[in-house]
Amino acid sequence: MELAKKWIKVTVNGEPRELLIKPNITLLDLLRDYLGLTGAKMACISNSCGACTVILDGMAVKSCSVLAMQAEGSEVLTVEGLAEGDKLHPLQQAFINHAAFQCGFCTPGKLMSAKALLDENPQPTEEELKRDMEGNLCRCTGYKKYIEAIMDVAQHPVKYSAKEG
Amino acid sequence: MREFEYLRMNTLQEACSLLSEYKDEAKVLAGGQSLLTLLKLNMISPSYLIDIKFIPELNYMDFDEKEGLKMGALTTHRTVEKSPLLKEKFTVLPETELVVASVQTRNWGTIGGTLVHADPIGDIAPPLIVLDSRVKLISADGERTVPLAEFFVDFFMTVVEENELLCEIQIPALPAHTGVAYQKFSTIEAGIKIAGAAAMVSLDDGLCKDAKIALSAVAPVPMRALKAEEILKGKPLDDRLIEQAAQAAAAEADPVTDMHATDEYRRELVKVLVKRAAKMALERARAS
Ligand SMILES: Cc1cc2nc3c(=O)[nH]c(=O)nc-3n(C[C@H](O)[C@H](O)[C@H](O)COP(=O)(O)OP(=O)(O)OC[C@H]3O[C@@H](n4cnc5c(N)ncnc54)[C@H](O)[C@@H]3O)c2cc1C
Ligand code: FES
Ligand code: FES
Repeated sequence: MELAKKWIKVTVNGEPRELLIKPNITLLDLLRDYLGLTGAKMACISNSCGACTVILDGMAVKSCSVLAMQAEGSEVLTVEGLAEGDKLHPLQQAFINHAAFQCGFCTPGKLMSAKALLDENPQPTEEELKRDMEGNLCRCTGYKKYIEAIMDVAQHPVKYSAKEG
Repeated sequence: MREFEYLRMNTLQEACSLLSEYKDEAKVLAGGQSLLTLLKLNMISPSYLIDIKFIPELNYMDFDEKEGLKMGALTTHRTVEKSPLLKEKFTVLPETELVVASVQTRNWGTIGGTLVHADPIGDIAPPLIVLDSRVKLISADGERTVPLAEFFVDFFMTVVEENELLCEIQIPALPAHTGVAYQKFSTIEAGIKIAGAAAMVSLDDGLCKDAKIALSAVAPVPMRALKAEEILKGKPLDDRLIEQAAQAAAAEADPVTDMHATDEYRRELVKVLVKRAAKMALERARAS
């Protein structure tokens, strides 16, 4: 049985979009297959690894585990929306400065989790940071460098906002 | 995911009437943190997905010193974790949330969803059970409330009928001199849990007036350790008595062996976790 597609209105990285989608797709499918935004990664697709993390109305979510239709009327921010033109987001710059990735597959998810965390709690303790990043797994770099990178942004916001990218 | 018709509900009434019309052809969607995995694996293939996540009537938290707490089923894990009200009145709940899944899952997953999903490893059921919580169920035919201790039937099965929704979680106000604590053990924090134990201790004149112990991940459903509770009740509590109760709880538990742990290991952990939870609850009862 081929069911009718549904219209969905969603703002992605600041741009209002109106799309006709199948109801049985995830937010990750919508971003990757309908909008060509492949920053959010498709990895475990079972709600475990966090590589697909995006920010939905201010909250970090695993986009492989949110039904696309639930994003109706919402604002979605993906890693593609982090930089402003050529100027990298402070977190992106800090990840580079601290060599906080190797293959980079987990990085978009980590950046989005970190952004949601700092937006809510700009001065986290290392303990809070580690706890709130628990949903983002990495198979290569390990878990030390990106914590250093995020703490660096939290502790030196001026240094990073002054940076030219 | 097989195809389904997606229906976003705006009111409770609308959801109830569609559920009574579609019955087992429909499945309720809240945050989908558990449901989407089942859909993706084609373990279930409903014709209709009834999305209740955005029904405002199911999203609230009310507290009254006499009546206690009433919380809509759509309250997210993250809301519980962050709530200043809960941190003050029912500390154990925000504390427990810190070890539930990841922030992402806590942001979108709901308390109603985790209860109805009825995974025996669920962390929030044991503390809610020792807090004497009840849940309100609603359908087009009316409503009923059920003690949470009687809500779970078997692995992934509850008393909720196919035309019913869980709409509210009710927690009575804590009596004076009462402490509650939850302890969980998993290989990585917020990972698959191997065992969990919640304890409530209520003191009166130095004696244990009431005690409740609930275990998770060591039986098909979150279970009360009734024999362990009896050991504590009516007596002055000390380490020796708590040790006895912990032994009794371990004997009452009905764990399985799986890839995460053996039944024997789980039983041993019950002993340790009950001891820790009961001691912490006792300390809190004394301090309150
Ligand atoms: C990676 C991962 C790790 C996890 N770790 C933990 C953990 O450490 N501890 C823990 O306790 N939990 C854990 N969970 C479970 C998590 O708590 C639940 O997945 C989540 O809370 C379910 O809520 P939901 O709103 O997403 O429910 P959904 O997935 O939408 O629904 C779950 C089930 O409940 C039904 N349902 C939902 N709401 C209602 C309602 N109001 N009335 C009637 N039926 C309803 C649905 O039909 C479905 O059958 C984990 C989950 C994941 C994916
Ligand atoms: S791809 Fe979504 S959590 Fe792994
Ligand atoms: S850098 Fe490769 S998975 Fe994290």
